[in-house]
Amino acid sequence: MKVLVPVKRVVDYNVKVRVKADNSGVELANVKMSMNPFDEIAVEEAVRLKEAGTATEVVVVSIGPKQAQETIRTGLAMGGDRGILVEYDAETEPLAVAKLLKAIAAEENPDLVVLGKQAIDDDCSQTGQMLAQLLGWSQGTFASKVTPGDGTVDVTREIDGGLETIQLKMPAVVTADLRLNEPRYASLPNIMKAKKKEIAMKTPADYGVDMTPRLSTERVEEPPERQAGVMVESVSDLVAALKEKGAL
Amino acid sequence: MPTYRAPVKDMTFLLHDVLQIDRYSNLPGFAEATPDTVTAILDEAAKFCEGVLQPLNQSGDAEGCTRHDDGSVTTPTGFKAAYDRYVELGFGGLTQDPDYGGQGLPHVLGFAFEEMMISANMAFAMYPGLTAGAIACLSATGSDEQKRAYVPKMVEGTWTGTMNLTEPHCGTDLGMIRTKAEPQDDGSYKISGQKIYISAGEHDLSENIVHLVLAKLPDAPEGTRGISLFVVPKFILDDAGEPGERNAVSCGSIEHKMGIHGNATCVLNYDGAKGWLVGEPHKGLKAMFIMMNAARLGVGLQGIALSEVAYQNAADYARDRIQGRSLSGAKDPDAKADPIIVHPDVRRMLMDARAFNEGARAVALWGGLLVDLAEKAQSEEERQEADDLISLLTPVIKGVFTDRGFECATQAQQVFGGAGYIREYGMEQFVRDARIAMIYEGTNGVQALDLVGRKLAKDNGRAVRAYFKLVEDFCADHKDDAEMAEFTAPLQAALGDLQACTMWLMQNAMKAPDNAGAASTPYMHLMGLVVMGHMWAKMAKVALTRLDEGSGDMAFHENKLITARYFAKHMLPETGGLRAKVEAGADPVMALAADAF
Ligand SMILES: Cc1cc2nc3c(=O)[nH]c(=O)nc-3n(C[C@H](O)[C@H](O)[C@H](O)COP(=O)(O)OP(=O)(O)OC[C@H]3O[C@@H](n4cnc5c(N)ncnc54)[C@H](O)[C@@H]3O)c2cc1C
Repeated sequence: MKVLVPVKRVVDYNVKVRVKADNSGVELANVKMSMNPFDEIAVEEAVRLKEAGTATEVVVVSIGPKQAQETIRTGLAMGGDRGILVEYDAETEPLAVAKLLKAIAAEENPDLVVLGKQAIDDDCSQTGQMLAQLLGWSQGTFASKVTPGDGTVDVTREIDGGLETIQLKMPAVVTADLRLNEPRYASLPNIMKAKKKEIAMKTPADYGVDMTPRLSTERVEEPPERQAGVMVESVSDLVAALKEKGAL
Repeated sequence: MPTYRAPVKDMTFLLHDVLQIDRYSNLPGFAEATPDTVTAILDEAAKFCEGVLQPLNQSGDAEGCTRHDDGSVTTPTGFKAAYDRYVELGFGGLTQDPDYGGQGLPHVLGFAFEEMMISANMAFAMYPGLTAGAIACLSATGSDEQKRAYVPKMVEGTWTGTMNLTEPHCGTDLGMIRTKAEPQDDGSYKISGQKIYISAGEHDLSENIVHLVLAKLPDAPEGTRGISLFVVPKFILDDAGEPGERNAVSCGSIEHKMGIHGNATCVLNYDGAKGWLVGEPHKGLKAMFIMMNAARLGVGLQGIALSEVAYQNAADYARDRIQGRSLSGAKDPDAKADPIIVHPDVRRMLMDARAFNEGARAVALWGGLLVDLAEKAQSEEERQEADDLISLLTPVIKGVFTDRGFECATQAQQVFGGAGYIREYGMEQFVRDARIAMIYEGTNGVQALDLVGRKLAKDNGRAVRAYFKLVEDFCADHKDDAEMAEFTAPLQAALGDLQACTMWLMQNAMKAPDNAGAASTPYMHLMGLVVMGHMWAKMAKVALTRLDEGSGDMAFHENKLITARYFAKHMLPETGGLRAKVEAGADPVMALAADAF
C-alpha cells in the first residue's frame, strides 16, 4: 500500500505572528517556518503504517517555495521515503492545491492520502475535502484513529458530542486531527539519511494546473486588543453585568 | 515554572556567518554540515531538549538520586525514559567517529548541542557528557581491542563512562593517590582503593558503566609520574563482548549536595576489581588529561548554558512583573506600575548576562571549531596552530565562563527579587547547579595556574603570541572602518592591558613565583574579556555588513550591535582594573601572616 502525505510549510506555531506594516498580510520574512503541525501528525501516521508493515511506501509532497524542501526533508527524516515539491512562491489556495494533488495522485496511484485537517496559517480546512471530491474517493476527516483493513480503512472521527467510526473503501483521503498520534522527533541518523533521499522538483505547469488565486485579500489587521476586565462584588452583580452586555 | 527556548538562531548565526564553517567543507564531517542540515539537527535537538529534558529539570532536582541497600542507584523519575529516547535518537553519535557508529559531524556543532542539553537539564546532560569524555580518552590512548570492545556501545549510549581521579585525601594534587593496581597472570590488574565524588558513578540509565580509573602500579615512582590509567567496567565483558559478571566496584554512598541533584555523585569502592591498563604504565595522567581537556571545555559550556536559561527566565519575568515607575516617566500609565524592565539597574543585570552569553557562546563555538581543526585540518601547520590556540583557551573557557556564568545566574535570580529565592520559581536551582562548574574538573584557581604557569610559557609562548597576532591583525584589518572603531578601539586597549600583564609576568614571575600565583585569576579573567571582546567585534562586523546589505533579519542584527556596544562600553573596560591587580604583585596578597586570618 502506498501512502501520499501532503505537507505545508507554515509559520512555526511558537511564533507570535505580526501583521505587515502595509496591512497586506502577516510578516513572513525572517520568521521561523515549520511543517504544519497537523501534517506532522499525518506523516507520523503514514510512517507508523509503514513500520507496521501495512504501507510499503510513503511519499511526502509539498506545494510551496523552494524552502519547502526543508519541510519535505523533515518528513523524510521522520521516515518518509521520497518527496515531491511543486514549486510555487505565492500564497496557495485550497482548490489549486487540491487540483495539484489530484494530478499527483493520478501519477502516483496511492491507496491512501493522509494530510492534516487544516493548516495553522489560513485555517481553511478544505484541501482534504476538495481533493476527495475531485478524485471521487471516500473521505474520512478529523481522524483520531486510522485502522486499515482489506481494501478498506476504518477511520474514527472526532465529531460534536463524541466519536464516530466509519469504514472507507480505498483509495481514500484521510485528514488528521490532533489526537491521532504524537509525532516523533527525527533521529540523528534519519536526519542524515534524509539528506540523500530523492525530492522531485516540479512546477504547477508540469501538471497543467492554473494557480491564479480566486480570492483577494483586502486588508489584514491585528485582532482588537482585549479590554481590561472589571471586578464584580457579587454573583448578582455578575449576572447584572452579563445581562447588560447582552450575554444573558 | 522556568522555561527554555534553545537559541538556535544565535547558534546558526555563529556557525555560518561568524565562523563560516562552510569554508572547511573539504575536511571530514564538514561537507555534511550544510546550513540546512545544521538547522535540521539543531531544530530537532531543540525539540528534544525543550520538550523532554527541560520538563524533568525541576522535578529531578527535587527528587534527586536514590541509593538502595544493595548499592544500586536510581536516577529521578523520568530520567531513564528520557535517556532511552536520547539513545534512540542517536544524539550521542553526533560528533563521534563513523568507524564506531558515530555521524562524524564537526565538534563545533556538538558544542552547540551540548549547550542546549545543559540549559535544559544539566544533571541529565552530565551522563552523556562524561561518556563523551571517556570515549575521547579511550579513542586516543586505548588499544585497538579496548576501543572495539567499549567505544561502539558508548557512542550508541547503551553504555556510559566515568572518570575516577579524586580520592578522599586528594583532588587537586593527584600525585598523592593511593588506589593500587596489581598485575594478574591473565594480563589484567586487580584494582583496590576508594574514589570519591565520582559523577555518574552508579545509576540505572545504561546497561554497563565504563570506569576510567587512575591508580598506582606496585613499582610506581612517587608523584604524578607514577600514575597509570585503567579501564574497569561495572560488568566484565563475556566472550561475546556483552556485560557479564559483576565487577568488584560498588557504590558506597551518594553525596548530598548543593545542586545537580539528578546526577549521582558517588563514592566508589574498588575491592580487587578487574581492570585493564590503558596506554603505557605511569603515563596515566597524560592520558586522563585528554579526557580532562575535553571535559573542561564541556564544563565551560555549563557556565554559558546556565547563564542562558537563567537569563531567558529573568527577561520574561522583567517584562511581566510590575513594580515602581520608570525614572523617565511612566511607561504604562494605565497600569498601577511599570514592568521592572524599565529600570536601568534591572537592565544592567539582563544586559550583563546577555552580553556574556552571546560573547561566550561565540568563543566556545570557535573553541569547538579549533578542536575540529586541531584534529582534521589539512596541513600539520594548521593543526598545530589550532591545537596551540585551544590549549591556551581551554583554561579560559573553563575558568572564566563558569565564574561569570555563575555570576550571571545569580544576577538573573536577583531580577526575580524575593521570588528568586523561592524554589518553585526555579531560579535558585540554576544558581545551585551553576556553582559546581567552578569547582570540578580542576578548580578555577587551578585553571588560572594552568594558564599562567603552563600555557603561557609553553613552546616559548608560541600560542599566546599567535593569539595576540590574531587580535592585532583583526584590529589592523578594520582600522579604516569608521563604523568598527567603537568596537576595535576598546578591544585594542584591552589587548594592550593583556599584553602588558603578560610582559609583567615574564619579568616578575620567574624570580618570585608567588607573583604568578597572585596574578593568575585576574590575568585569566583579563584574557577572558579580550577573547570575548574579539568575538564581539567579529560579530559586530557581520551585523554591520548584513545591515548595510539590507539582507537577513534586520532586528536580529541590530540587537547584536546594541549588545556588542554594551559589551564594549560596560564590560571590556574591566580589563583596566584587572591589570592593576596583576601588576600589584604578590605582596598585598601574601603579607598577612597565616595565623592572623
Ligand atoms: C559534584 C561533584 C562532582 C565531581 N565529579 C568528579 C568526577 O566525576 N571525577 C573525579 O575524579 N572527581 C570529581 N569531583 C572532584 C573534583 O574534581 C574535586 O573536588 C576538585 O578537583 C577539587 O579537589 P579537592 O576537592 O580535593 O579540593 P582541594 O584540592 O583540597 O582544593 C581546595 C582549595 O585549594 C585550592 N588549591 C589546591 N591546590 C592548589 C594549588 N596548588 N595552588 C592554588 N590553589 C590550590 C583549590 O583551588 C581549592 O580552592 C567532583 C566533585 C564534586 C563536588
